[in-house]
Amino acid sequence: MTPLLRRLRSDLFATPADGALSLGLIALITAAAVGLLRWAAQKAQWAVIQANSTLFAVGRYPQDQQWRLWLLTALLTAATGITWGLLRSHPRADRDGLLWPRNDRLVLGLLAAVGLWLPWALRLAPALQTRWWLLAALLAASRWLAGRFGTQLSRPMLRLFPLVWPLIYLIGMVLISGGLGLMPVSPSQWGGLLLTMLTASFAILLCFPLGVLLALGRRSDLPLLRWTSVIYIEFIRGAPLITLLFLGQNILGFLLPGGLAPDRIWRAAWVLTFFAAAYLAEAVRSGLASVPKGQVEAARSLGLSYPQTLARVVLPQALRVALPAMVGQFISLLQDTTLLSLIGLLELLGVARTVMANPAFLGHNAEVYLTLALLFWSCCAALGLGSRALEQRLDPQTLSSSSSRP
Amino acid sequence: MPESQALLDPAHRPPWWRDRRVIPWLVQGVVALVLLVLIAFLLGNLIHNLTTRGMLLSWRWLGEPAGFDISETAVPFSAEMPYWRGLAAGLANTLRAVLTGLVGATLLGTLAGMASFSRNPLLRGFTRAYVETIRNIPLLLQLIFWYFVVFLSLPNGTAALQIPGVVLAKSGLYLAGFGQGLHWSLPQLVNGVWQAPLRLSVEFAALMSGLIIYSGAFIAEVVRGGIASVPKGQWEAATSLGMGWFATLRHVVLPQALRVIVPGLNTQYISLAKNSSLAVAVGFTDLYSVAETTLNQTGRALEVYLLLLGAYLAMDLVISLVMNGLNRFVQIRER
Repeated sequence: MTPLLRRLRSDLFATPADGALSLGLIALITAAAVGLLRWAAQKAQWAVIQANSTLFAVGRYPQDQQWRLWLLTALLTAATGITWGLLRSHPRADRDGLLWPRNDRLVLGLLAAVGLWLPWALRLAPALQTRWWLLAALLAASRWLAGRFGTQLSRPMLRLFPLVWPLIYLIGMVLISGGLGLMPVSPSQWGGLLLTMLTASFAILLCFPLGVLLALGRRSDLPLLRWTSVIYIEFIRGAPLITLLFLGQNILGFLLPGGLAPDRIWRAAWVLTFFAAAYLAEAVRSGLASVPKGQVEAARSLGLSYPQTLARVVLPQALRVALPAMVGQFISLLQDTTLLSLIGLLELLGVARTVMANPAFLGHNAEVYLTLALLFWSCCAALGLGSRALEQRLDPQTLSSSSSRP
Repeated sequence: MPESQALLDPAHRPPWWRDRRVIPWLVQGVVALVLLVLIAFLLGNLIHNLTTRGMLLSWRWLGEPAGFDISETAVPFSAEMPYWRGLAAGLANTLRAVLTGLVGATLLGTLAGMASFSRNPLLRGFTRAYVETIRNIPLLLQLIFWYFVVFLSLPNGTAALQIPGVVLAKSGLYLAGFGQGLHWSLPQLVNGVWQAPLRLSVEFAALMSGLIIYSGAFIAEVVRGGIASVPKGQWEAATSLGMGWFATLRHVVLPQALRVIVPGLNTQYISLAKNSSLAVAVGFTDLYSVAETTLNQTGRALEVYLLLLGAYLAMDLVISLVMNGLNRFVQIRER
């Protein structure tokens, strides 16, 4: 018997019961995979996705203004490529300064394959297909340029580079909503993936500082701060998100003077932010609890003020420990944006529901919902993988081994 | 003059806003002021807005006839009954869904959590794939999938899926049970319509499939974390005493793992209770769905909201109390 067969036997067929279980599982997995593939290739009609791809991507965003979204996508792609390249341009202990480590080649290959295949599979117009291919090329080129010449940039330039991201966020907000000479596009016309990503990124960015403040408040020695934070956190965590969205849509108007209440989409985005902040606070609190008291005492005895102690000693350690839990919260936040469809907003799931209401696409629920599931799954899985990579990178042992190199 | 005495000297004292005895009071004073102004502002607006619309807090509408029907109820309800009976019927439906979901998700999660420590790599991979797939797809999408793609495309009549005692058709899930006169009866096809002692609507079945499979994945992770927290030596010691895989798990590992598992379960149970409010997306009339209809008919946003919030907070509290009791029970009793 070959070693492979022997291993298979000891792993899968050690006892009769084990063997039966293995056979059952093999049969189940094969049947499911064959059934799914045959359905996807023969029975499923993907026209429902192909015909509505723009609706799924941006909702009812005016067609003659969509170039603004393309420009934003190009900016984001270039920034991603440059950031990725710069992160790789400095040799580290575990990578030997390779320009294209194995994982990077894998990721780029995967992205290129998706970028080439998807526009074709969606039967996009040739002009749009070319744009996607150009974007894929832009990513590869900026990644290569930054990886190759990143080391020649001066230190202050490298330090300032992360500021590009908030800058792009601001530019993006202007590009999406208009103003500064661009035609305004009202939020009621935003939809699909654009709305999902916009509300999710808005809530993630703003819930982070709020959550940290709430966590600090909950651990504060001052009773008023502590009790305010506790009441807020427990109140939010006790209620289902849908009832809070309901509060935002139906009651917020009563709480603010007439005309001051924001648009329905922004109301929902703020509700998501305040909701996520309470959960994030609990994640940060577990991180804060992991920092030994001696660290604070040592920092104080060195003469650091309370804000300095927090910013330079406590938070860097606490946030590193809390990172997996925090990313977990961000992933649920991304998933929670689907609830906006229940209050009538046309984010991805909302668009799907309106498409399904169209008699022309009756009976094609499975195609639409499976596509959405795949989309959400890939985004969330990518976030999870990124979190694990960042966790390793921030591990004190990795950090010390890479900085000790000459 | 030594430094310590210099600090005591009134001439060298720091200014009052840097005095460590004053700062806490200063900070709290500012926070209290901001909070008070904010609350006064919001409440003032609320009272002003409600008064101008003649909608100040009132509970009289609860006694008026509801005028809507609920398709399946655990307590009797019909359209001429008052609103509060409707809300109570909604609450009963929510409780039914939460209780069934708790039991189902616990069973599935425990099995999957235990299976991730199986010696069979195929089974381990299968559980891993289950957890990673389910946790990365939004629950609402899963519920909609179960309802519209799976349950609404089931056949009716003779073509329905049948295993002895259970029939799954588009018109519902039919189970064998004790029917009239307390004798055991199986689902039967009468004039093309299934009849059985126990019928669950497809809406309820879709909600349960979605909730149980989703929460089961999270509970599986809690159980896995709990089992992983038991030192490996415990497994080895039990095995060397001649105990089998299951006996080791049941008598040695699980009792120790429960101490880690129970607090995690508490969190998962509370989110299951809150997630049951997504029933509105699959047409199951739970508390939230009745509340939404009530709001649309009466316009009583604030009252309806307070009732909803109270009901869910009470449910969370009950779950927490029970789980805290259980937690005390499984903790190590010191001598």
